[in-house]
Amino acid sequence: MEIDKNVDTLSEGQVDELIKKNIIMTSLEAVFNWARGNSLWPLSSGLACCAIEMMATGASRFDMSRFGYEVFRPSPRQADLIIIAGTLTWKMAPAIQRVYEQMPEPKWIIAMGSCACTGGPFADSYAVVPGVDKVIPVDVYVPGCPPRPEALLDGFLKLKAKIQNPTKVGLKHGK
Amino acid sequence: MANNLLDQFSQDELAARLQAEVEVSGEGVSRAVVVPKEQLLAVMEKLLREPDFAFDMLSDLTSVDRKDAGFEVVYQLFSLKHLCDLRVKTRTAAEEAQVPTVTGIWPGADWMEREVFDLMGVTFAGHPNMTRLLLPDEFEGHPLRKDFKLQPRA
Repeated sequence: MEIDKNVDTLSEGQVDELIKKNIIMTSLEAVFNWARGNSLWPLSSGLACCAIEMMATGASRFDMSRFGYEVFRPSPRQADLIIIAGTLTWKMAPAIQRVYEQMPEPKWIIAMGSCACTGGPFADSYAVVPGVDKVIPVDVYVPGCPPRPEALLDGFLKLKAKIQNPTKVGLKHGK
Repeated sequence: MANNLLDQFSQDELAARLQAEVEVSGEGVSRAVVVPKEQLLAVMEKLLREPDFAFDMLSDLTSVDRKDAGFEVVYQLFSLKHLCDLRVKTRTAAEEAQVPTVTGIWPGADWMEREVFDLMGVTFAGHPNMTRLLLPDEFEGHPLRKDFKLQPRA
């Protein structure tokens, strides 16, 4: 089958012909975003009780592996997602900021639990950051105290939808 | 169940043994020996060294804001030799807010004294590293003081 170089779109007949030969056509960007959304590598970092819930999410009963998200990395150099699981204090904030900056682009952040979203029960305290978005940019907020593993998984899936449809949510990755 | 040193010694006996103007205050489990801070180091040294006392473990060091009466620094001692408890207190005026360090007697006092300095603003003269322990270095104020006001959220 001949495809003219100046043609932007293929006719349905041409598409059907390609599919018969097991060929699909798409943009690289879409493939990359599809891959990124299906293989998030979170950083193994937790700050408080939420981290226990995050571990449960990774363990056999809830099994993040179903979605391809089980590869918790101990180094920020190998992670593209940081889950702020727990209470971020002002004392800890520079360390989290530093780890976030050490992660390679593209990277995402999930704020897990009330503390990470807004400060939670410690919102009025002198020692706690009232929401990690005061310090680093957050992609998905997962409410709860603590959120159950299902809620965290839902957050993951929301992030996946975000990554795979960058134009809809105004992410800087993609078009 | 550990016994309390104050069950074995009266106030006068303790004062004689420690050669200091100690007084016993409080009742029941909250009984404590109050020592003038000028004599604190000498008393603590004796409580550690004398075989009858042998308070070889400083299990806690904390502080209380008594408003106009200044600050109390509280030392919770334990003797592993005699399985014996003792609580020692010393007082300092709010303006001065300084007591001598006991890090030379129990090295474990290092972080406890830093915590008291951090949250209550009592400084410990002679401490090797009198800096904040829990809060960021640039934090202003001492949040456990009764006159500390929380910042209203915008």
